[in-house]
Amino acid sequence: MSSLTMTVNGSEVSGDVEDRTLLVEFIREHLRLTGTHVGCDTSQCGACVVHVDGKAVKSCTMLAAQANGCDVTTIEGVANGDLHPMQTAFKENHGLQCGFCTPGMIMSAIDMVNRKGKDLDEATIRSELEGNICRCTGYHNIVKSIQDGASKM
Amino acid sequence: MSEGIGARVLRREDKRFITGSGKYTDDVKNDRQCYAAFVRSPHAHARVKGIDKSAAEAMAGVEGVFDGHQLTGDGIGNIICGWAVTSKDGSPMNMGAWSALATEFVRYVGDAVAVVIADSPANAKTAAEAVEVDYEVLAAVVAPDKTLESGAPQIHPEAPGNLIYDWEIGEKDATEAAIAGAAYVCEMDITNNRVAPNPMEPRSAVATFDPSEDHYTLYTTSQNPHVARLVLSAFYQVAPEHKLRVIAPDVGGGFGAKIYIYPEEIVCLWASMKTKRSVKWTSDRTEAFLTDAHGRDHISTAKMGFDANNKIVGFQVDTIANLGAYMSLFSSSVPTYLYATLLSGQYNIANIHANVRAVYTNTTPVDAYRGAGRPEACFLIERMMETAARELGVDPGELRRANFVQEFPHQTPVIMAYDSGDFEANLDAAKAASDWDGFEARRSEAASRGKLRGIGMSSYIEACGIAPSAAVGSLGAGVGLWESAEVRVNPVGTIEVLTGSHAHGQGHETTFAQVITDRFGIPHDNVQIVHGDTDKVQFGMGTYGSRSGAVGMSAIVKALDKVEAKAKKIAAHLLEADEGDIVIENGEVKVAGTDKTLGWHEVCLGAYTAHNLPEGMEPGLKEGAFYDPSNFTFPAGCYICEVEVDPDTGTTEIVQFVASDDFGTIINPMIVEGQVHGGIAQGVGQAMLEQAVYDDSGQLLTGSYMDYTMPRADDLPSYTVSHETTVCPGNPLGIKGCGEAGAIGSPPAVINAITNAIGNNDLSMPATPSKVWAALQASSMKQAAE
Repeated sequence: MSSLTMTVNGSEVSGDVEDRTLLVEFIREHLRLTGTHVGCDTSQCGACVVHVDGKAVKSCTMLAAQANGCDVTTIEGVANGDLHPMQTAFKENHGLQCGFCTPGMIMSAIDMVNRKGKDLDEATIRSELEGNICRCTGYHNIVKSIQDGASKM
Repeated sequence: MSEGIGARVLRREDKRFITGSGKYTDDVKNDRQCYAAFVRSPHAHARVKGIDKSAAEAMAGVEGVFDGHQLTGDGIGNIICGWAVTSKDGSPMNMGAWSALATEFVRYVGDAVAVVIADSPANAKTAAEAVEVDYEVLAAVVAPDKTLESGAPQIHPEAPGNLIYDWEIGEKDATEAAIAGAAYVCEMDITNNRVAPNPMEPRSAVATFDPSEDHYTLYTTSQNPHVARLVLSAFYQVAPEHKLRVIAPDVGGGFGAKIYIYPEEIVCLWASMKTKRSVKWTSDRTEAFLTDAHGRDHISTAKMGFDANNKIVGFQVDTIANLGAYMSLFSSSVPTYLYATLLSGQYNIANIHANVRAVYTNTTPVDAYRGAGRPEACFLIERMMETAARELGVDPGELRRANFVQEFPHQTPVIMAYDSGDFEANLDAAKAASDWDGFEARRSEAASRGKLRGIGMSSYIEACGIAPSAAVGSLGAGVGLWESAEVRVNPVGTIEVLTGSHAHGQGHETTFAQVITDRFGIPHDNVQIVHGDTDKVQFGMGTYGSRSGAVGMSAIVKALDKVEAKAKKIAAHLLEADEGDIVIENGEVKVAGTDKTLGWHEVCLGAYTAHNLPEGMEPGLKEGAFYDPSNFTFPAGCYICEVEVDPDTGTTEIVQFVASDDFGTIINPMIVEGQVHGGIAQGVGQAMLEQAVYDDSGQLLTGSYMDYTMPRADDLPSYTVSHETTVCPGNPLGIKGCGEAGAIGSPPAVINAITNAIGNNDLSMPATPSKVWAALQASSMKQAAE
């Protein structure tokens, strides 16, 4: 067992977990923050993306123990107020359908802007989305959403 | 801005999804919840000689280990296929037995033989690995043609030679005669590749038995919770229907895969009774690849005859359809009534004959996947039209135009009666949007950069809103295909609509509410859509086959008609006016041509106070309706794809994709365009990237996202989408449906474009870079030899 303490969405949380517990399990099952999703077993789909110390991380590919002492942000904590500009952009551009990949998409998109800046062209966005899979939208409106959200961040 | 029909209303669902507040089945966590892990066959075909559960039973946290003998011993019934297809010799289809947990034989890799229930997912999985199953491995067969060969392994005793049915439609002799007399015959062997549906939310079930009430609750990832409840109770005897509540909360995509009732839901319900604990199972992605019903997997030989004026005179098709190891819920209907009935395409063809043999193989069961039979039909027709145009030396658009159905209604020789359409309008719109006439200049420019540019089109038609119930019943369907709605007007004038449809990404909560707003002029926010819970909503048939607009919303309209009629009676009484003079608009109830007006809420309140109702009228304002359509609907359109191939690598880039669709009336264009985008992406995926691959022993080689190529953002283009509308005459709103069109129309457009670019028509899906490169080399060698 491991004893953990980390900051999640601005609040300090702690818990005792089995060593094999993944960060996504800690977030979903222990903290009951279920906006972070699991869509595959092999770190391809990106439904589980959260920010750890400000960087996008696939939380299915990190042990909870590795995040000990870290500052974690999930989709539930990304807004400073009502909605983050990237969240608003996904709604206004119909960038989601079933919604399952959406939290990971938004977390990756915010990270993309943090790394690449606000002026993102379509080719850059499509290339940067390599680690996030959506089956509903054909990505057309996700690309538009990210372009729009980036310009408003 | 209008919030009614035709308005681009932003989705009300989105707030919960973008904030992480959506509630999917795996988000459910009950008190004292346990977890199921399935012991699955590693062999494609084997005899189960014994199961030793003792080691697993002794492991930490294990509540129980159960096998198929216990399941059948408790009277749990076999899984059934709900559509009876009759062979051409009059014999019924040969359906093999399918137990939720296999007892004597396993028939595909992933077939479940036992289940472990434990206090954590990890403990359940660990213990499942400790269950020892003694298998006698048998020979397996995976290919649909090989399974029919003499000497092939026999998969089910009920289906000799692995043949499920040998079915035909149309006039064989007349079609053969027409083709024999044709001036030109296009002949092709065409494979439609097997794909895995892959909704991003894996299937999940949480079952809870309450012994004090003998009552079960099942949360599950279902496109049709009432159908799930009916089948679970009536056929599998898991629980009586009135003692089983099925809830499908937010569902993360379905594409057909979440229509069916799978072994896991059955076993979780049964295990919750055995253990008196809440039992959860959530599929991992590899389990999804192994157990979610796959799609397509046809091999066909086809002949299309043309007369000297390039008119089609006959079309004959011979298809073998792979249904996998067991017959899934609607599997039998897909390669028959959803496929061969669409073989007329958009064309006037006097003679059509199709023969379909459905077969068992040692592979994952195959059932409806977005489009379900219609993509297979469209791919055949549209590959052949393009090929014929090339061989005849005519423009592919003009060959299509010359054969289009121009007058409606049009009865095809394969059951369907097309009710409306304007196929030329779609063709012309797509050609204009793609600058079809400017293609040669673009091809030359691409050549100057060393790229091979190609263009291809596809004129698709599909049939949606499968109905009427009596007709599908006569064709073998075990269910009716109507839909239900209840409109509950509250005393303050707000409205709840309970619908038997159920969304898994389509935005029904927004779109359906637009219909009510349009009708009464009340704010969109004052309407709530309720769905997905059998305790809340009256029986309904669910969402698949692009039916929720054409059938589900029509049921709502019928219920609204009744509400409006009663509201007008009340208003006429209160305003002392003639009922025929009452109009409802902009949230007001008025006497036409006067200043006499009541607020909508005043009429609603009047219905519930019941202080002053017309003589004999019951209080309240709540009406229900069941809507059974009079015909299928027929969405159609034209897609044009333009590609550039790198001849050094075979890599194909889609540089333009244009869609012109006719969906009838569109309620929310934003949502409809999104459906087209997603459908095209899945069609492009099938055409260029995706294939479920088995080795000869029946091992699935594409069991994860490291092996199965899901379309990524950088594999796909942006799309140019537009609409040419003819209103559907068959339902009150004029809707045809839009959910599957993209997946139906796009694969042939893509392959027609790539084959046009490389100058070799011999190219199968998925057109991966290695296949395209090989086809290009073959074409170069052929040219060199000539």
